[in-house]
Amino acid sequence: MGLLGKLKAALQSIFGKKHVRIGIYGPPNAGKTTLANRIARDWSGDVVGSVSEIPHETRRAQKKDNVVIKNGNSSLTIDIIDTPGIATKVDFHEFMEHGLNEEDSRRRAKEATEGVIEAIRWLDNVDGVILLMDSTKNPFTQVNVTIIGNLEARDLPVLIAANKIDLDGSTPATIKSAFPQHDVVPISALTGYNIEMLYEVMVKLFGKARRK
Amino acid sequence: MAGIKVNLISHQKLESMSTDEKIDFILKEVKQGEVLVLERGLTPEEQSKLIEKTMEEINPGKFIGIEIEGYREEGKLSWLQKALGKIRPPRMTVIGPADKLKTVHRDNDVIKTVIFGR
Repeated sequence: MGLLGKLKAALQSIFGKKHVRIGIYGPPNAGKTTLANRIARDWSGDVVGSVSEIPHETRRAQKKDNVVIKNGNSSLTIDIIDTPGIATKVDFHEFMEHGLNEEDSRRRAKEATEGVIEAIRWLDNVDGVILLMDSTKNPFTQVNVTIIGNLEARDLPVLIAANKIDLDGSTPATIKSAFPQHDVVPISALTGYNIEMLYEVMVKLFGKARRK
Repeated sequence: MAGIKVNLISHQKLESMSTDEKIDFILKEVKQGEVLVLERGLTPEEQSKLIEKTMEEINPGKFIGIEIEGYREEGKLSWLQKALGKIRPPRMTVIGPADKLKTVHRDNDVIKTVIFGR
């Protein structure tokens, strides 16, 4: 490593890295894959995974590497981890209500439980998290509290995205009041509304993240 | 008379256990259909381990998972307290089988649940 490289590494160890691994977390159906696709499409022209109205559509973590996000003169390279939704219960009957037959529902439920475990284990391998919440729903859930508690215990930066603000009944202010100590950005991952603000905060917040 | 047992667990009982012992104890009780009220709940790391273990134990038709609600830890730790390994003590938490315990309301100050009988 040359002198310039050593200086860069030293500065990064103090001020943070410009290449970070960011997990997108949240309960099922919060819009995690829609957001991952939005970010990947906006900055690399690609997508991360398929989306569905049926809960637990994403049952394995999906990764998109080297996505470069720019904000003015600053930029940040991120590896996006689109994680399966975290839940404390999985009932195959719920999938049958969405029209799946019993065999498929049981298989999906089994895969969903494995996905939850995988999502939790990824917490040990991320530099920061976008915690996505459905702003039409009550944010005071144990899943949200558990994720935030784990990130705080690890000293990892967390950005809360209050999603689905394009829908009636959306109240991002409730999310802000529930978690006042964290950055909350209201967005619509589906329409792209206010997504520029999300990118701005991502570059600022995660640019300071230090890989452990 | 049939009913649901609600067990109030003191913090001394849990504090004497390791993380694995706590999780095994909680899941054993909950899988038997009992609801636990923990005087002091679990740390965030213990909560995520409980969720992991719960997912491993899900058995369609018999055990669909847990309902868990608790208040967030209060206050903030200084860098020195963190360096010394201090944690914010967990607060009261209710845990039960997901098919018997349902949360109907929760905010920063109130948790309302309904327990369904057998």
